[in-house]
Order: sequence, then structure tokens, then C-alpha cells
Amino acid sequence: MNLLQQYESDYIEKKGTEFPDFRFGDSVRVHVKVKEGEKERVQIFEGVVIGRKNRGLHSSFRVRKLSSGEGVERVFQLHSPNIRVEVVKKGDVRRAKLYYLRNRTGKSARIKERIETKKA
Amino acid sequence: MRTGLMATKLGMTQMFADDGTQIAVSVLQVSPHTVLGVRQKDTNGYTAVQVGCCDLKPNKVTKPLKGHFEKIGQAPKRHIKEFRVDDHNMLTIGDGVDVSFFKEGQFIDVSGKTIGKGFAGAMKRHNFGGLRASHGVSVSHRSHGSTGNRQDPGKVFKNKKMAGHMGCRQITKQNLYVQKIDSEKGLIFVKGAVPGAKGALLSIRDAVKKRSSHEV
Repeated sequence: MNLLQQYESDYIEKKGTEFPDFRFGDSVRVHVKVKEGEKERVQIFEGVVIGRKNRGLHSSFRVRKLSSGEGVERVFQLHSPNIRVEVVKKGDVRRAKLYYLRNRTGKSARIKERIETKKA
Repeated sequence: MRTGLMATKLGMTQMFADDGTQIAVSVLQVSPHTVLGVRQKDTNGYTAVQVGCCDLKPNKVTKPLKGHFEKIGQAPKRHIKEFRVDDHNMLTIGDGVDVSFFKEGQFIDVSGKTIGKGFAGAMKRHNFGGLRASHGVSVSHRSHGSTGNRQDPGKVFKNKKMAGHMGCRQITKQNLYVQKIDSEKGLIFVKGAVPGAKGALLSIRDAVKKRSSHEV
């Protein structure tokens, strides 16, 4: 491990981001801190995680939702101090990047719920 | 003007500001420096300090340098560099300087050798547009096109931008913001990019053109 990697892992550790263990396919509610002038408020973005990018400190995830009939996607930095993630529903999907959801709406865009099997 | 320091470029990463914005930073490692020599106005005609960093095995030192180190009674250093300084910023031989010489929030100039690009075409080297992709252009889609007129002037002007060697030259990036300093590990986090590849040796100085508000 070189100094740069060391720094990055230290950074993550020190910050101690607390986020639930969510996966692609899960429905999440992301609480985003938004600053408007002097005021700070929390905005909620709720949708399906259609992909995660695992790159240590640079990790991000992509959430898709339908906003008044129009698909909206937002990319969040996993380690950003501005967000808090809450899992609403776990999803059972067969691929890591759910880009096929972009061409689907309604019934065909449903995701089966994942039921955690007990580990021995 | 204060002295400068040498640093190794470790690479780039990111950090989050308090308000959550991402900041791209270059990470430079500064080993502890020792002053190895001074240049005085009356003896040398100018004022400067010679600093060195990174200890070297005694058997790796060349004879002329060995003499120099023995004379001042310092351990041999791998990297040696001279920086011009003002009279009142003069240091004495044996003084130690480390990364805390620089402060968070100040501006610095970083110079080093850029990554070599070899023999590069006019498109890459001078941002030329190239020729068209179709409409009868054959073979020369990335060429520079015409280089001048006809019988008058009958020559290609000097300094005409053409293909040629690119990169691998000394440049200075000015007014870079010091985002963070880790004096324990000797790291300095500079906002934005700096010249050179990973592992390249750079030199850092206080910015010539920009001072932060809290600087003396």
C-alpha cells in the first residue's frame, strides 16, 4: 500500500461514514443537504439504486426515480458528508448495472424483493 | 523571497470540503530538507541557499560531492537544489526545513518536468483541427494543412506551429492553493494538477504573484 492509498483509506476511516449496506436494485431514500444562501435544508431523493461504482474514496452510486412521469437519475458520492442513505426496500436483481430500467416503466420496471436467507 | 523545497509527486486524489464539494488534489511528499550551502552577496554576488533531501548511502556518493558533504559535516543527500532567497530569509548551513515551512491556505508555485509525449502531431501539440473526415480527404486526416503562401514570401515563417517534440520540458504552475498539510507524513495537498508523472521530483516555492490574506 503506498502513501496515497494509505491516505485514502485513512480518510474514509476517520470520517467514519455511516451508511447502510445497500446494493444495486435496492430502493433507497437519500437525504441530501442543500444549501440555499445562508439556509441549509434536507432534500429527499427516493428511487432505485441502478448501479454502484466501488473506487475507495471515489466510490459513487446512481439512483433513478420517476418524477412526474419523467425518469431522473442522480449520481451521489458515497463518502460525501452531505448525504445520508436509508434503505426502503431490498431488491433482487440479476445484474450489477440496471440500465435496462431506463427503457421500462410501470409493471415491467418492477423489482422483485430480496429476502435475506439465513447464513449458517 | 523564501527558499523552496523539493517534493515527489505521489498522484492525485480527492477530498471533501466542509460544505461537501469535492476537491481534486495532487499529493506531494516533502522529505525533511537540510541546508547544505549558502551563497552570499559579497562572496558569490547573489544570495541563495542550497538545500538537500533524502539520505543517500555513503557508497553511492560521487567523490566531488563526498568532499562537499564532509566539509559541512552533513549526511549525503540524494537531491540537491539551489534556491534564490532574499537577504532576510537567509538560512545557515545545517538548518532543517520540512513540510511545515508551508502553511495551509497559502499559494505556491510548483515546477517540474512535464510528462513526455514524444513526437506529437499538430493536432495534439497545438490543438489544430485537422482536415475533414470525408469529402475527398485522403490519408491526411490529422495533418496540419498549409504552412504558408506561394512564391511571395516563398518560405515557411519561423516558429510556424508544426508537429514535433512535445512534453518533457520544465514548466511552472503558478498560484496553486495549498488545501492541506500533513506534517506527520510530510504530505502537502495542492488543489489542482501539477506537472510531471507519479514519482517525479518537483520544486515548490511560495507563489510569486499571489498571497493569501492571512500570510505575513
